Amino acid sequence: MSKQLDAKAPWTPATGTRARIDEALRRYPTKASAIMPCIWAIQDELGHVPPAGVDLLVAELGVTRARVHEVLSFYTMFRTEPQADHVLQVCHNISCHILGARPLIAHLEKRLGVRLGETTPDGRFALEGVECLGACGHGPCLQLGKHLYEHLTPEKADALLDSLRRGQVPRADTDRELED
Amino acid sequence: MSPNDYRMLSARFGRRDGHKLAVYEAEGGYRALRKVLGGMSPAQVREEVKAAGLRGRGGAGFPAGVKWGFVPEGADQVYFFVNADESEPGTFKDRYLLDYDPHQTIEGTIISCYAVRASLCFVYIRGEFGWLIDRVQKAVDEAYAAGYLGRDILGSGYDLEMIVHKGAGAYICGEETGLINSVTGTKGQPSIKPPFPAVSGFLGKPTIVNNVETVASVPFIVNEGAAAYRAFGTEKSPGTKLFSVSGPVKRPGVYEIPLGLPFREFFNDWLGGMTDGEKLKAVIVGGSSVPVLSAGEIMNCNLDYESLGQAGTMLGSGGMIVIPESSDMVELIQVLMHFYFDESCGQCTPCREGTGWLHRIVKRLRGGEGTAEDLDLLEHVCNGMMGLTICPLADAAVMPMRSFLAGFRPEFEALIQETASAGPQSRWPRGEREA
Repeated sequence: MSKQLDAKAPWTPATGTRARIDEALRRYPTKASAIMPCIWAIQDELGHVPPAGVDLLVAELGVTRARVHEVLSFYTMFRTEPQADHVLQVCHNISCHILGARPLIAHLEKRLGVRLGETTPDGRFALEGVECLGACGHGPCLQLGKHLYEHLTPEKADALLDSLRRGQVPRADTDRELED
Repeated sequence: MSPNDYRMLSARFGRRDGHKLAVYEAEGGYRALRKVLGGMSPAQVREEVKAAGLRGRGGAGFPAGVKWGFVPEGADQVYFFVNADESEPGTFKDRYLLDYDPHQTIEGTIISCYAVRASLCFVYIRGEFGWLIDRVQKAVDEAYAAGYLGRDILGSGYDLEMIVHKGAGAYICGEETGLINSVTGTKGQPSIKPPFPAVSGFLGKPTIVNNVETVASVPFIVNEGAAAYRAFGTEKSPGTKLFSVSGPVKRPGVYEIPLGLPFREFFNDWLGGMTDGEKLKAVIVGGSSVPVLSAGEIMNCNLDYESLGQAGTMLGSGGMIVIPESSDMVELIQVLMHFYFDESCGQCTPCREGTGWLHRIVKRLRGGEGTAEDLDLLEHVCNGMMGLTICPLADAAVMPMRSFLAGFRPEFEALIQETASAGPQSRWPRGEREA
């Protein structure tokens, strides 16, 4: 699971996080307009935005607590609760559907023993259905953080799960972009 | 005609090194920017793009040069946004542009910013493209280091800052005012127009929002001129357009085509037709929000704004979804109605409630509890949504719903009849989020 913070414990952002927040505050034309990059900085460190992160945003951006929650809750990618180690996001929109997203989801549900939208009891895997990931010509597809796996089959999904269970994130179709 | 004849946007697609600055420069990259900063006025750039007839490639098709012309002369601060929030189901062309050729988009953006005298621009990339954002950021860093961005670009005295902004998962932010509001630091809900962003947008200042493909088309127009651009396409649809093709065709992917290309030729010769054993049933030609056409209808269309308009649909984003005979149209519309219900921002009642009703009614039909009256009810709900909201998301849900009903009504009726005798049953036992 991503880091669980004591709700009352003080939290200081890591150096890299602090640097990203400072850069956003320097480059965006108003403090409030820097809220999304600041949230990303916090979430990339902690896996989610805990209450201490909200406190920091309120203090740094000079916006109300309500505004921070408004933005956090509006976007599906922002999280306020700790996440599973591996959040498997399967596209279930039309193009992937035509190419077999439903059987793929059913297979993953069976293999993980959870329904779509649930997390395994050990907190290792979450299975989510998401909307179009822009891989329509390469479907069905699954996103895991920055890795996008395309042309998935039940066999390839099994290999992915096995690899993750061994602690290895297998090479994804989009990893070329991260390597070059 | 063959796919390789038209490569003004896609010259580096599929290449391993095309994203690198050195490669882009070696192949003529940033020549257009030098030409512009070396002696063209912003008005001259605007006129050239207007003369080329470049139409917005995000979906609406509004002429880019005309849009730029709406920025008031003498505005003290102008902002520019590149809309890379590519989220329209079936659309994945901007992903290719930014992946294989980010500098082409960056160069086009700098020129576009100069044309409207913007000093700060944002490249708003959907958050799901985490891998792509790193790619674009690296390219922007390269452009800064080479003096194409920042202060006094190429010694011209023109200053421009470029920020790569990461979205966070909201389809609505692809709508230009939603996108602007998102960066303002609020919910990304659209604003009513007028005022149009070109007059009053980001932080109340004149703001231009252009799609990735639109700005990526600008370097060619500057280098070769409006007439050379108009040598491609038709009178009302000049130039080339990227189509991203998904579904069971032999060669899915992103294609650059001269507008006006007959669909039949594109489908048979470029895409290679359907995969073995599949038969063409229908095509959604411009992203999931445009009306679906049956195989018979689309086969007589040309791929341009006017021909597709006459056929009752739209060119949209060029996200072409090919639907095989084996697909159940009621099932597909349930997928789409779930999407629009999920993505409605909740601001306008007709959309917030209407998308929910459409989804629930279709779901009820598929659950075996539908009646013949439900089909009229769907139409009734659509009537209460179309054109009655701040942004086009409600319309985007209504257009597929209505066209699926109109074009494939026998499938809906057969389902109702079949389930009337079988009684309620779950047709979608797995994999659906309850809504």
